[in-house]
Amino acid sequence: MNPFAEIHPALILLIGALFVPLFRGVWRSAWTILLPVLALAAVAALPSPGEGAQWTGWTLRVLPWVNEPLTFLRVDGLSKAFAYIFTINAIAAFVFAFYVKQSGQHVAALIYIGAALGAVFAGDLISLYVFWEVMAVASTFVILARRTEKAKGSAYRYVLIHLLGGLFFLAGLAITVAQTGSIAFDGFDFDTAQNAGTWLILLGFLVNAAAPPFSAWLSDAYPEASVTGGLILSAYTTKTAVYALLRGYEGWEPLIWVGCIMSIYGIIYALLENDMRRILAYSIINQVGFMVCAAGIGGPIAISGATAHAFCHIIYKSLLWMSAGAVLYRVGKSKCTDLGGLYKTMPWTLTFGTIGALAISAVPLTSGFTSKTIILHAAEHEHLFWPWLILEAASAGVFLHAGIKFPYFVFFNQDRGLRPKEAPLSMLLAMGALSFLCLFLGIYPQPLYDILPYHVDYNAWTVPHVIAQAQLLMLSALVFFLFLPMLKRTATISLDTDWFYRKGGDAFYRLADKSLNAINAATSRLFLGKVVNSITNFFESGLPRLACFFMTPIWKLMGHDAAQIEAERHSLFRRSKIGAFPVSITAFFAVILLGLLSLLFKTGK
Amino acid sequence: MQGTNLKKENDWFDRPASRRLLWRLLYGACAVSVLLEIVLIATHQRHGHFGEGWPDGWWFFYALLGFIACSLMILVAKGLGAWLKRPEDYYAETEETTLPEDIDESLR
Repeated sequence: MNPFAEIHPALILLIGALFVPLFRGVWRSAWTILLPVLALAAVAALPSPGEGAQWTGWTLRVLPWVNEPLTFLRVDGLSKAFAYIFTINAIAAFVFAFYVKQSGQHVAALIYIGAALGAVFAGDLISLYVFWEVMAVASTFVILARRTEKAKGSAYRYVLIHLLGGLFFLAGLAITVAQTGSIAFDGFDFDTAQNAGTWLILLGFLVNAAAPPFSAWLSDAYPEASVTGGLILSAYTTKTAVYALLRGYEGWEPLIWVGCIMSIYGIIYALLENDMRRILAYSIINQVGFMVCAAGIGGPIAISGATAHAFCHIIYKSLLWMSAGAVLYRVGKSKCTDLGGLYKTMPWTLTFGTIGALAISAVPLTSGFTSKTIILHAAEHEHLFWPWLILEAASAGVFLHAGIKFPYFVFFNQDRGLRPKEAPLSMLLAMGALSFLCLFLGIYPQPLYDILPYHVDYNAWTVPHVIAQAQLLMLSALVFFLFLPMLKRTATISLDTDWFYRKGGDAFYRLADKSLNAINAATSRLFLGKVVNSITNFFESGLPRLACFFMTPIWKLMGHDAAQIEAERHSLFRRSKIGAFPVSITAFFAVILLGLLSLLFKTGK
Repeated sequence: MQGTNLKKENDWFDRPASRRLLWRLLYGACAVSVLLEIVLIATHQRHGHFGEGWPDGWWFFYALLGFIACSLMILVAKGLGAWLKRPEDYYAETEETTLPEDIDESLR
């Protein structure tokens, strides 16, 4: 069978990205939309192996020192579902970005998305690692593309953390391959495959999934990216990590608790946050927490639930980033303390943003309700009461921080006299399309359920479930408005784990400055002030002093009195200073030196 | 911003009457969601997923969970805020003097 019979969807984006600078104006924008459309078509054209089966292609023996060939195209339910949403979201993002004229950003974004596709189709650890690192580098350029000082700073911190995560992955990969002799990337078994290698790979994955304490890169960097950059970033890095966890770490129990912590952590920080895009960034951590928890629960229901949730999450999260991006584009501000009252002039942005906000909150009739609840169902099914309770509480909290807080403080709250124009047409089109998907998958989720890795026999639409969800959400809304005075925004930031390396970096710099420069100064004082001085002194007056030391007893023996000795000394010093020793003395020393040299060479032989 | 275009502007959400209406709707929606559960209980359709003795079978469990969880999270966030909040210039980053390139050209 020809392993290259199928077109690799990632290649379309990776190669197509290189041609972006050749186009100008609308043609360039059209090209960037065409590429993910073609990639989506390529994904759809891939074979659909049945449940539990795999189809592999693009097997290449690129590394001569590895016995197995690398597999670049592994197709099964899991990788295909992620590839579908990655390409669909890319189409919407580039429609939204129609107006962006900077081509560097498009090239970086396309390589980033292409690498994300490459990572979900990678059939072994080495090819996964390669795409993992390409993603890290390309996404750094997406952040840098905003060309602000803040973006530069956070991109620098971002790439350092991701390179650290990549090193965890690489170290784990090396250990795993050395131990098992295989580069295969399938599920690691929690009971039999626990070792330093698999734990290090897990750590590498969790850095990209933004699990605390390695989470601050997300809320630090994404809100500093450009209007479209933030939107594109929000979808791929964390969800590729979710994919990798679902594939490799299904049923690893600690992930249940990591996920629970992430879901609550995201809410608390989002509640404290003032910047609207940072609220959405923390909300990603909260949502990814659900998926990480599902990976820990394991089993067909949880894996399919996490896949469905990732699918819907990418759509409504992009929609939220788009509405925040449209506001930022038109107003130039992103802080809740500067925004408010925008419903008057941006009603469409408000409407679409609210649909995204309702979907993330899993309000019935939206996609969150038909996807996130599968994960909760999986927790019930496995009888995991406490994780279930935390996730239910987190579901209520989602409504607080993303469902109500985001639209309320941006579009309502206080009228600050802002009268921006409605978002441009391309942005409205993209938001409209994603809003449609949010509602469509909420009302008729079957097309989504059909592409999940495992068949799920799940119906979110039971009367008790709808009532329970309505109660949970309505009471959460009530709490939000009752506690509104406590939620008043302040022009502040909140310390996160990036404090350790931001302040720590500063402290290290100062420490290095103080300690090393102090050593430098002390060394300078010692050598220039003392050692060099004494050497020059020695050469100036040391020899006559030495001579005096030996000569004084001889002069005494010769019967010189004190005055004569003093005169001899004086003449010795004077002659040494002008170098006027008799020739015979120099010749005498030269003979000694030659004697020593000949001795040295003799022994050398 | 007191221009002529203010008249045709939609300011429905700023009116006190609308706000009162929204508050009533909110209370109403909460009441309806709780009342619907009473219908469930009356028709014996209210079951917990975890079986006997687990709290999710309690009456009005989800209303309680929503109320308590959200109140707790807000209080915890408020408490942590006292400890974690810092002024915006805490990290002493350079503030931009001009708007970045991705902002609408008409603002620049």
